[in-house]
Amino acid sequence: MRNPTILASGILGVSGDMLIRAAHGGAGAVTSKSCSLEPRVGHPNPTVIESEGLMMNAIGLSNPGVDEEIRELRRAIKDAGVPVIASVFADRLEEFAAVTSRSSEAWPHLIELNISCPNVESKIGMPFSCSFETAAKATQLARSSTKLPLIVKLSPNVPDIVSIARAVEDAGADAICAINTVGPGMAIDIQARRPILSNKTGGISGKLIRPIALRCVYQISRAVKIPVIGTGGIENGKDALEMLMCGARAVGVGTAVYSQGPEVFSKINQELENLMKKQGYSKISEIKLVD
Amino acid sequence: MLPIPFEITKISKDNAKTRTLLLAGQLPTRPSPGQFVMAWLPGIGEKPIGVAGLAPLRLTIAKVGPFSSAVHQLKKGDFIWLRGPFGKGFKIKGKPAILIAGGYGIAPLTFLAEEMKKRKIKFTLIAGAKTKNELPPKKIPATVFCTNDGSSGAKGFATDLLEKLLSKSAVSCVYGCGPEAMLVKLAEICGKRKIPFQISLDRYMKCGIGICGSCAINGFLACKDGPVFDEKQVAKMPDFGKTKLDESGRRVRA
Ligand SMILES: Cc1cc2nc3c(=O)[nH]c(=O)nc-3n(C[C@H](O)[C@H](O)[C@@H](O)COP(=O)(O)OP(=O)(O)OC[C@H]3O[C@@H](n4cnc5c(N)ncnc54)[C@H](O)[C@@H]3O)c2cc1C
Ligand SMILES: Cc1cc2nc3c(=O)[nH]c(=O)nc-3n(C[C@H](O)[C@H](O)[C@H](O)COP(=O)(O)O)c2cc1C
Repeated sequence: MRNPTILASGILGVSGDMLIRAAHGGAGAVTSKSCSLEPRVGHPNPTVIESEGLMMNAIGLSNPGVDEEIRELRRAIKDAGVPVIASVFADRLEEFAAVTSRSSEAWPHLIELNISCPNVESKIGMPFSCSFETAAKATQLARSSTKLPLIVKLSPNVPDIVSIARAVEDAGADAICAINTVGPGMAIDIQARRPILSNKTGGISGKLIRPIALRCVYQISRAVKIPVIGTGGIENGKDALEMLMCGARAVGVGTAVYSQGPEVFSKINQELENLMKKQGYSKISEIKLVD
Repeated sequence: MLPIPFEITKISKDNAKTRTLLLAGQLPTRPSPGQFVMAWLPGIGEKPIGVAGLAPLRLTIAKVGPFSSAVHQLKKGDFIWLRGPFGKGFKIKGKPAILIAGGYGIAPLTFLAEEMKKRKIKFTLIAGAKTKNELPPKKIPATVFCTNDGSSGAKGFATDLLEKLLSKSAVSCVYGCGPEAMLVKLAEICGKRKIPFQISLDRYMKCGIGICGSCAINGFLACKDGPVFDEKQVAKMPDFGKTKLDESGRRVRA
């Protein structure tokens, strides 16, 4: 990677052209919106609300299905000029193998397994990443279905994220991405006497979740040997450096693309470079971790 | 920004298909013509709607499906929730201008016409519809009407009238909003004559604020970079007039 910033999954959507735009905006790698075997329309609007640094979404993982997504991925892989990460998910454990092997046909640089979206629940009523058994099972199924490097994306909404991280490492993950959205949460409109999101609840992202992301990455990176991508609330170079100092090898950026546009990656990288120089680091690997 | 409830102070029936809601109060920032709001009816849905005018704040809504039908059921004193204004509107430049509207495209162009009047910019507004009872009311004096079936005004497409006007006199910019087929024709006509244009594009919108990517068109976001695009941007959109993304992100015919 030319720099440590990555476009987070679900940001700017499913189209290859938008992934290319994020790459032009300075991202060192780009992640596609999570896709499933079959198309999904997602939840009805309102699906996203935003207020004072807090974003809450219940898009409901709308995506055109893997067959169509392969075309978009190929387009991005051809022209983005940076590694493309294909994010996949399933709402039944059995489907993780098929969606992983189908996505791999596009030859993305990596596959990211999204087992942590709060808007999709497994039969047991929780994201797969909420139990180390289902997290490990999903990882094994994906692992045995692709030769590509496999990232597993975890949910922060668990009492012990370290045990989940160890379980997916043992199940064959090559890297971990942490974190997906926090919560889920709710927002109420007084006059309508209703939750604003049609799904009632949504995953929280943006700068307010950064302390949680830092803590998760700090704990995970000490417990596993595989690299961790730190995602959650990163808006500037200082946020990125803090995340790297907690043990992340790269940083994912999502909600800041809303507030600062796809050029946010160049800005973060510039700020990070300046800060690193000030601290006497010439490369990411020289960064000293926090105690 | 969270949705804000607005009280409906008056409803006017514009024609067989569209109604205009007049609202009490203003959006948090002043909208410009071409910008839109996300309009929410709790329990029903939330859709992008162009701002049709200020003082009072107006929305013009065509009945096409569940959400817009529910809007048509609203009465004076009811509320509609709005967040916005969002996106980039029309940039008024030079004179004289031609405004060309098809269907509910009349909404933002009426607002644009009012702004041009204020700035003393000469313009002609072409309003097209399939047939007489789908034409908008004449709110702007400089309006010429046309219908595909010739039941009122000139017979033919709005773009036929545009071509005629352009061959008669020089124009600095053409502003358009309406069905994509009309906009494709507009772009073709203006392209041939090297006349600058700005058009408002409809794409399926969810967040309205540039994060979800539902409304992507060749690396542009209709909600944030648009919905109004100029001829230079449109030249970089091979999908214009051909494909768009549906609710799930699947490519369908535009
Ligand atoms: C920038 C913009 C400005 C708009 N301004 C106006 C306006 O001033 N007046 C007006 O009547 N309509 C406007 N629309 C279209 C309006 O959003 C839809 O017609 C909506 O009212 C349809 O909802 P429905 O449930 O009634 O119909 P549905 O049955 O849901 O849809 C009918 C058609 O409307 C379009 N549509 C539906 N949902 C969306 C969506 N979320 N985003 C974009 N298009 C959608 C699709 O083409 C669909 O085929 C605008 C759209 C955009 C993108
Ligand atoms: C609108 C929206 C859609 C998202 N969609 C996905 C998705 O499809 N798959 C996924 O793994 N994460 C998804 N996420 C989560 C982000 O990738 C990221 O993990 C989270 O938002 C935290 O990072 P941030 O604070 O920088 O946004 C989505 C987030 C948002 C705001």
